[in-house]
Amino acid sequence: MPEKLYEKRKAVHNKRIDGPFRRFKWFVMFVTLAIYYVTPWIRWDRGPFAPDQAVLVDLAHRRFYMFGIEIWPHEFYFVAGLLIMAGIGLFLVTSAVGRAWCGYACPQTVWTDLFQHIDRFVDGDRNARARLDKAPWGPKKIARRGFKWSIYLLISLATGGAWILYFADAPTLFQDFFTLQAPMVAYATVGILTLTTFTLGGFMREQVCIYMCPWPRIQSAMLDEKSLIVTYKDWRGEPRGSLKKAKKDPEHFGDCIDCNQCVAVCPTGIDIREGPQIGCITCALCIDACDRVMKDIGRPRGLIDYATLEDCREEALGHPAKPVWKTLLRPRTLVYFGVWGAIGAALLFALGTRTHTDLTVSPDRNPPYMLMSDGSIRNSYTLKLRNMESRPREMVVAIEGLPGGKMWTDTIGADEAAPVQSFNVPADQIRTVRAYVVAPKDATSREFTFRLTSQDEQRETDTVETRFDAPAGGS
Amino acid sequence: MANKRIDEPTGTETVGHEWDGIEELNTPLPRWWLWTFYLTIIFAIVYVILYPAWPMVDKATEGVLGWSSRGQLAEKMSAAEQAQQGFRDQLANIPIERLPDDSALMARAVAGGQAAFKVHCTQCHGSGGAGDQKLGYPNLNDDAWLWGGDLKAIQYTITHGVRWPDDDETRFSQMPPFEGALDDAQLGAVIDHVLSLSGKAKPNAAGTQIFGDNCAACHGPQGKGGRDVGAPNLSDAIWLRGSERDALRRQILGPRMGVMPAWGERLDPVTIKMLAAYVHSLGGGEDFVEVAKDPEVKVDEQP
Ligand code: SF4
Ligand code: SF4
Repeated sequence: MPEKLYEKRKAVHNKRIDGPFRRFKWFVMFVTLAIYYVTPWIRWDRGPFAPDQAVLVDLAHRRFYMFGIEIWPHEFYFVAGLLIMAGIGLFLVTSAVGRAWCGYACPQTVWTDLFQHIDRFVDGDRNARARLDKAPWGPKKIARRGFKWSIYLLISLATGGAWILYFADAPTLFQDFFTLQAPMVAYATVGILTLTTFTLGGFMREQVCIYMCPWPRIQSAMLDEKSLIVTYKDWRGEPRGSLKKAKKDPEHFGDCIDCNQCVAVCPTGIDIREGPQIGCITCALCIDACDRVMKDIGRPRGLIDYATLEDCREEALGHPAKPVWKTLLRPRTLVYFGVWGAIGAALLFALGTRTHTDLTVSPDRNPPYMLMSDGSIRNSYTLKLRNMESRPREMVVAIEGLPGGKMWTDTIGADEAAPVQSFNVPADQIRTVRAYVVAPKDATSREFTFRLTSQDEQRETDTVETRFDAPAGGS
Repeated sequence: MANKRIDEPTGTETVGHEWDGIEELNTPLPRWWLWTFYLTIIFAIVYVILYPAWPMVDKATEGVLGWSSRGQLAEKMSAAEQAQQGFRDQLANIPIERLPDDSALMARAVAGGQAAFKVHCTQCHGSGGAGDQKLGYPNLNDDAWLWGGDLKAIQYTITHGVRWPDDDETRFSQMPPFEGALDDAQLGAVIDHVLSLSGKAKPNAAGTQIFGDNCAACHGPQGKGGRDVGAPNLSDAIWLRGSERDALRRQILGPRMGVMPAWGERLDPVTIKMLAAYVHSLGGGEDFVEVAKDPEVKVDEQP
């Protein structure tokens, strides 16, 4: 046998199926796609000084808007917290119900599913598709394929197009995009995402899951024998045989009638009866298929079913399986849930108590202090006044704990030096002020405080302790 | 290869490696994977032809595109210079008295001046502009100015330097040495008088007399100094060369006088303007007397 240098991909023509899991998959697909395509169009009124898009990643101004929440770069820990929650959430879901992410929510799964429906819509179901695949290229096939691929392309374009809307004002960008006025990076992004969606969703499909994606390996490692996974109960199905044979000799054969329906519907084209395997994305379509067959031949459902490996062992020995809620509520999942919830609560707390003003102070260290001609001592500081509201605000900075201390700045002249100075900070911005603090002749080095107070009804306050340096032993 | 054989359940040949009873199947790679691999090889070859890649004795092969990171840097630098041109033109055209009115331009000038200061001025005045009392480099952060502290005076000082022999318009002043002219008692008396000007000692009649005869011409009867001749104010808290009696004695007997190069010879007027703006911004800069009195006044550009 000559050795094959490569293996040609075997096209998967999965069959249409209906059932509770398929309907759930429809539901998830609908919801996720709707969220993805609709979100950028939702408006959110933040006043005249901030964008009115509900969800917006404003890279140019380094802001992230999410409905009523606005994240500044220095608050990136919120995003980090969400990522950690997503990670732990994945542990939680995986340890409870196996690779549910892969089966239902993963974008690759959702778009592949969508494209498979297109296949079915244009070319017909499994057999028709396989036939067309084998048929020689002729005008009819070319027309069919051209039609199908243009639908792929349209969906891909919409996918890539929706992505960029998260990064700029959606209606404006949408219009600019078609009048060729959008920035180059927008076209490049849409181009790349269109291309990847077209090839990954249209042509590579299960190969992404099997060869390219690291997730299945990681997820398999997070499963244990108490996680729910899709399993073929071989002690019940084997030995398999056709319905005819089984009828003749019911004693000898198991429940599986070898009708291959479970293989036919599988979107990754595998045979679950060979045991749990990396190609299985746990979409449960084979459960729908087999349940239907079991109903037709009058056997109980669940020859292929969501079950834990532990249950399988028990059932094989003739013991009843554990109820599902017990499987879900076990120490491991509860601990994950606890950690997940605690982080979520902490984030919510931080979100609720954060203020929309912030002051940072960095003292000049070069030189640390300065002797003035009248003998007084001056220190200089760089103040950053942060206004996180979408309206301009007046803020007041006061010096506390420095007797006789006065301040002035690069814009407020030395002749107007005073212990308290007021500043206008533009909407949603940081105002950097170089502040000079002078203290009388006999001042000594000491700690003192800058107190920032907003002058609006909120009167938010932030204080920063810093140091005033003076020559040792006075001037 | 040793134990090549066909694996029973899968019908696939093994590669002949075995670890603890685990054997590896010889499974062919998917076609797209191989093609991707070939493409990377082609990409590498094309890359080596187009770009500098292959190390030779003294440098790498050049590549037919002629690209180099140095060339790219030069391109970026000239683009940056071009981008700055508008700002530099603006700065060249604005009289320095009007610079504070344009706060955005002023801010850019200060930033540019800070960069230039780091290159040209820190050697004497220190990176924070604090100078050095021992060596007699003036502190630029305080509010005492020998030659004036408004933008124009600073610009003039930078352009023409101080006691710079090659510049006819340089800032120039000289204090005569009193070595031999005063005896010890007289010297002590006048030092006491000078210190008394800022309340550091008790006044005395002999010192006042000597001061009036020898020093008041430049430093003024009250010791307030004079900017037209660059005479330091002796009545404030700031001492260019120290306030200890020893330091004063040395300065009276054989005065040391600083020299600053005329930067107009080396730097372009725009850079000097930026330097002036930066030095002015350090905290001791003064307003223009004319402008402060009457904001509408026209001030000419020439010093
Ligand atoms: S669908 Fe069920 S009965 Fe049919 S082959 Fe698969 S496991 Fe056997
Ligand atoms: S084996 Fe079943 S659960 Fe796994 S991918 Fe195929 S259809 Fe989905």
